[in-house]
Amino acid sequence: MVAGEAASAAQREGTLPPEALPEPVSQGRLVLRKFVRHKLAMISTAVLVLIVLLALIMPMFWPHSFEDASNPSFAAPSADFPLGTTQVGKDMVSQVLRGTQFSLLIAVIVSVVATLIGVIFGSLAGYLRGFTDSSLSRLTDLFLIVPQIAAAAIMAKVFGHGSWIVVAIVLALFAWMPIARITRAEAMALSQREFVEAAKAAGAGTGRIIFRHLVPNMVGSITVNATLAVAQAVLVEAALSFIGLGVQPPDTSLGRIILENYAQVQNRPWLFFGPFVVLVLISLSINFIGDGLRDAFDPRQRRMKA
Amino acid sequence: MNLVIYALRRLAISIPVLLVGTFVVFMMVAAAGDPLAELKGRPNINPAAIAETERQLDLDKPIIVRYFLWLWKFLHGDWGVSVAQGNAMAPVFPKVMDAFEVTVRLVVGAEILALVIGVAVGVLAAVKQYSIWDYVATTLAFFLFSMPIFCVAIVLKTYAIEINGWVRDLGLTDWLGNPWLRTTSPENLSFDGVGDFFAKYSGAFLLPTLSIMAISFAAYSRFQRASMLETLNMDYVRTARAKGLSSSRVVFRHAFRNALIPVATLFSVNFGQVLTGAIITETVFNWHGMGTLLVDSVNHLDPSTLMGWLVVVAVMVVVANLVADLLYGIMDPRIRVG
Repeated sequence: MVAGEAASAAQREGTLPPEALPEPVSQGRLVLRKFVRHKLAMISTAVLVLIVLLALIMPMFWPHSFEDASNPSFAAPSADFPLGTTQVGKDMVSQVLRGTQFSLLIAVIVSVVATLIGVIFGSLAGYLRGFTDSSLSRLTDLFLIVPQIAAAAIMAKVFGHGSWIVVAIVLALFAWMPIARITRAEAMALSQREFVEAAKAAGAGTGRIIFRHLVPNMVGSITVNATLAVAQAVLVEAALSFIGLGVQPPDTSLGRIILENYAQVQNRPWLFFGPFVVLVLISLSINFIGDGLRDAFDPRQRRMKA
Repeated sequence: MNLVIYALRRLAISIPVLLVGTFVVFMMVAAAGDPLAELKGRPNINPAAIAETERQLDLDKPIIVRYFLWLWKFLHGDWGVSVAQGNAMAPVFPKVMDAFEVTVRLVVGAEILALVIGVAVGVLAAVKQYSIWDYVATTLAFFLFSMPIFCVAIVLKTYAIEINGWVRDLGLTDWLGNPWLRTTSPENLSFDGVGDFFAKYSGAFLLPTLSIMAISFAAYSRFQRASMLETLNMDYVRTARAKGLSSSRVVFRHAFRNALIPVATLFSVNFGQVLTGAIITETVFNWHGMGTLLVDSVNHLDPSTLMGWLVVVAVMVVVANLVADLLYGIMDPRIRVG
């Protein structure tokens, strides 16, 4: 990709005759073109966009408020309540919509924060090596010593007793390690390349080399892993809330809604399957998008699977 | 010998990590709130009794002192007592060990099954790449991987009730027991005879095993497929084929053995993921293992139990990672460990 950029730069400056090269295509456009051809990824994008739009817009038009508990208890699904009502008489559709908002918001924050920490730590360790590397890998060991869900459960209890933002930050604090590991390996390989040496010779500092030279070359894996981290975060947050140690009322999430209603799965399956299907659709579609992005960013990948 | 020294050095390095980890968690638990709040909230409780309990639990001392007191006692085999209500100051050590035993019994079988089936499916999918088998296996793995594990458990639990109904209708209850599939913890399973043993254990373990297996199977089969594909494209495999070896000999004697290396290490590194699965599965099926112990002790802010839990889990993680590294060195002689 570096060679391609150099060639197109040379072409822009007129050092190469335009007809000597094929139609210049930026990497971004190349990736986009490949991604658009990936059928499953495109369908997933459509599904995800639809879910996000519904979760954001539908509550404004929906006749029932998520707080309104004046409806009949355990109403069966009807035109008025497509997913029935809960025990206390809240409309399930508005619950699911609100839960989706929170679940997505938490997952995106987890992914963004974890990616930021992971990329910074990983590229520092991979580029500087030596003492920085070994102390950062000790830090990684420390964070890996307890499973994410257990650490998050304890910390969510300590700070803020289950408000959604606390859950998001706590999950992110224990989600950056895999990203740091991948980034470190990649930064290590990139650091050996000539363009980094050239930048160093030109007097670029550590920050400049990392953010202007290393990170742009890792954009593919960062994007893919950040996307997959969103899917992971949706599931982990749901699991944490489901065991009762994540988001607490008045905040909510899909996991929390399932916790509150799954006892009804036998008699009123809609109360469980409503939030469950939305949760699975979110995590499946994000995983498919991540897969599509991986294929799109992979320059070796020619054959496009469905 | 080198390996032994390497293993010892790795363990030595992880001791400070363990110490810092326990210290941080101890501070956090202490900051989370008063473990005796429940006790104090009771009506008609004698203040002198509370003060006495506080003294017994060292809660009257500063946090830092408490940590080192805890550490000192812990290293001398005294894991402290639980402060959770209804536990009557039960000692932590047997509690954690019982829970650990339950989880190990649940997880080990599930993981081995997931590994064997996952590897088999992964190899099949790679050898018959782009066949119907490959698509079915890949799709299944993808779905299971995107599935929240607790929902798998809930769905299994729901359908178990129907399956138990079929078992009854088919008149199999004499062999399989009534109900056959259990959706709660199998405390004290007693059995007479091999058939009864099989029926009771399969009924008790089938559902939680399946739900723990689901996600592990997905990871192993995808991993094995990728690694098998990579190996099958290697030069030495082509050489083996060119020599005229039979297809099965090439696949199993040449490719498969090397393709196992990455999966074997994933098996050990995956430990945290497995534990997460166990925590959730135990909650749904009401098993009294490490998962339910964690949930209870976090809810009750029970410091000693939580610390005991943490140390057991952390040591397991350290050992699992070490085993992964050692396995890597043993299985792949090109990689020198140490």
